[in-house]
Order: sequence, then C-alpha cells, then structure tokens
Amino acid sequence: MTDPFASLSTDDRGVLDRLHRRLADDAADAGLLDIAYRTIDTPIGSLLLAATERGLVRVGFDTEGHDHVLERLAADISPRILAAPKRLDLVARELDEYFARRRDTFDVPLDLRLSHGFRQTVLNHLRDIAYGTTASYAAIAQASGHPRAVRAVGSACATNPVPVVVPCHRVVRSDGSLGQYAGGVAVKAALLALEGARAA
Amino acid sequence: MQDGPVPDRDPRMIQRPFEEIVAEHGPTVLRVCRAVVGPIDADDAWSETFLAAMRAYPALRPDSNIEAWLVTIAHRKALDHVRAGKRRAITVSEFPVVEDPSARVDQRVEGWEHGLWDALRALPDKQRQTVVYHHVAGLPYRDVAGIVGGTEVAARRAAADGIAAIRRMLAEGPRP
Repeated sequence: MTDPFASLSTDDRGVLDRLHRRLADDAADAGLLDIAYRTIDTPIGSLLLAATERGLVRVGFDTEGHDHVLERLAADISPRILAAPKRLDLVARELDEYFARRRDTFDVPLDLRLSHGFRQTVLNHLRDIAYGTTASYAAIAQASGHPRAVRAVGSACATNPVPVVVPCHRVVRSDGSLGQYAGGVAVKAALLALEGARAA
Repeated sequence: MQDGPVPDRDPRMIQRPFEEIVAEHGPTVLRVCRAVVGPIDADDAWSETFLAAMRAYPALRPDSNIEAWLVTIAHRKALDHVRAGKRRAITVSEFPVVEDPSARVDQRVEGWEHGLWDALRALPDKQRQTVVYHHVAGLPYRDVAGIVGGTEVAARRAAADGIAAIRRMLAEGPRP
C-alpha cells in the first residue's frame, strides 16, 4: 500500500510562505523578533540588511557570506532571527535611491551596539563626511579627539557593522590611496565613483 | 568584520538563527498539525507552535533534538485546540443544530485527501498522536512515548493499531 500520509504535504510552499509572514508579524508584535533581516540586490552585489527593534544593526556584503553574518548575529545579539522584510523597508528604499544617485544621506535609526567605545565614537564622526567627499584616517582621528589613534580609526572602519550607510568608504589614506575595505577595495572604489568623489 | 571566535561563550551554547529552524522543520510541523488537529486548525496550531518555540529558543540546549522539541510544543498546542473545539462543540449544541452538508466539505484543503482526515479523526487520541509523531514526524518511539506519556512499548502498539485502522478505513473508501 502507498504511503497513506502523502497527501499531507500537498501545496506546502505557498502555505508555508504565508505562515512564515504571519510568524514574523506575530513575533514582532510579541516583542520576540530580536533581529529582522532581508537581502537586496545592488550594483555592488547582494547586501544583507539586519535590524533590531532599535534600528539597523548590520549591513553585510556578499563576500562576507550572508549565512556567516547571520550566525555571528545569533551569537553576538540573539538567535531570535527571522527573514522579515517589513522592518527593513525604509533602509532598503533609501539604499535603492542611493545607488540610483537620487539620495546622498541616510536617515534611518541605527543600532551601533556591535561597535564599542572609541570605535563607536569614530563611526559617529564618519557620518559627518559629506557625500562625494573623502577624509583621511588621520583627519578622522583628529576629529575624534585622539589625533594619534590613526590605526584605531582604521580598525573602527574595518569593523564598521553598517557599511555604506555609515560611510567608512569615504575614509582614505593620507597619500590618496584607498586603503582597506570590508567589502573589498573594488567595492570601495565603486562607491566613491558612484558618488563622484575625488581623492582627498 | 567580527571574525574569529566569540569571546567568553562556549561555542556549543551558540544557537543557529531561528530562521534556519523554521526553514528546516516548518514543513514537518505543518504535516503534523494537519494530521493532529485537521486542515482548518492546522495553520493556527503551526503559528502558535513556532511563536512559542521562538520565545523559548534562546534557552534551549543547542544539542537538543529540535524536531522532537517542536513536536512536543505542537502536541501541547494541538491539545489546546482539541479542548477549544470541544468547548465550541458544547456551546454550539446548546442551539438547535441543522445538519449542514457543507461543513464536511469545509474540512478539505486544496489537494487534501479528506478521507485521510476522516480516518485520523476517527482514531482514539493516543492512536492518532502516536501514528502522527512516528509516521509523519519520523520520531523514534522512545521520543513519541516521551510526548504522549506511557511506555515505548505502549506507544509502538498504539501506532500499530492506528495504522491498521487507517489502512482499513481508507481501503473501505468514504462512507456514504
């Protein structure tokens, strides 16, 4: 006799998609959706966007491995993570506009809890570098109140949890060369080219 | 970016993102819910199961059998539905009941073989539960006994009796 339970799995995909959306909504309402995420396609590849209830907490590049980024978020913040695009609607739209050259600032709430102490101070100063311009690591160190902490500025940029939105790509070396970038130097060059930036 | 081991945490205590749990076990839990509470209440039972699981997830031991854990939660949610269904039935029966032939049709979903649900519904609770948790969820009888209570031997016997009854009912075809 055939499997009497075969008909239980009929038409599951559509039902499961609908149930997943309902779970994301219910979890958000119950305060259980610690991290919502989605991915968007951009000219610099697929970006992972993740937000806590406080705001955008992580932007991940393709090259980092989205699964790896989510595992790190589970370990560092909470494993209550669901694919739930709604919380990311605003930042997704602003990024679309940014890549279409119709936006030069982001005004979404940020959750910088993955960056601590001086690194977080640096990230806040990065937001003052205007679209289409660059600043040197040394200049940011100066602005952050620790002129000798050039290397620390470099590591703050390298560990920026929300790249693109917090523009660490606008920080370059004093000699005009690009320096490092978490998404790769080619992505950094592409972002500066998009903004029409000339080396400082 | 944030590479290397996570400091001050036992790597065995780190949970996978809950999204992976939903993707991996969602389909099985849906089949279990359909088989235990029927096609109409299955969506609610699934939703309640995963919401409760998400609430408890951070405290779950990472070496736990996730499927058995989820089926245990689904089992409790199904009992809630059965109790609520009985309460509804009692409330409704206080009024004159007109036999509505469409009520039976309502228990079908797209592609759902309503004969199977009729057969499952006709089983005593323990037989239906043991059949579903072993044959649909794929849990060993040791875990099934842990969920429904009683011994492994009793669970195995209840499931065997249940399967035999289902095959008999399906072979006889729908009752007129």
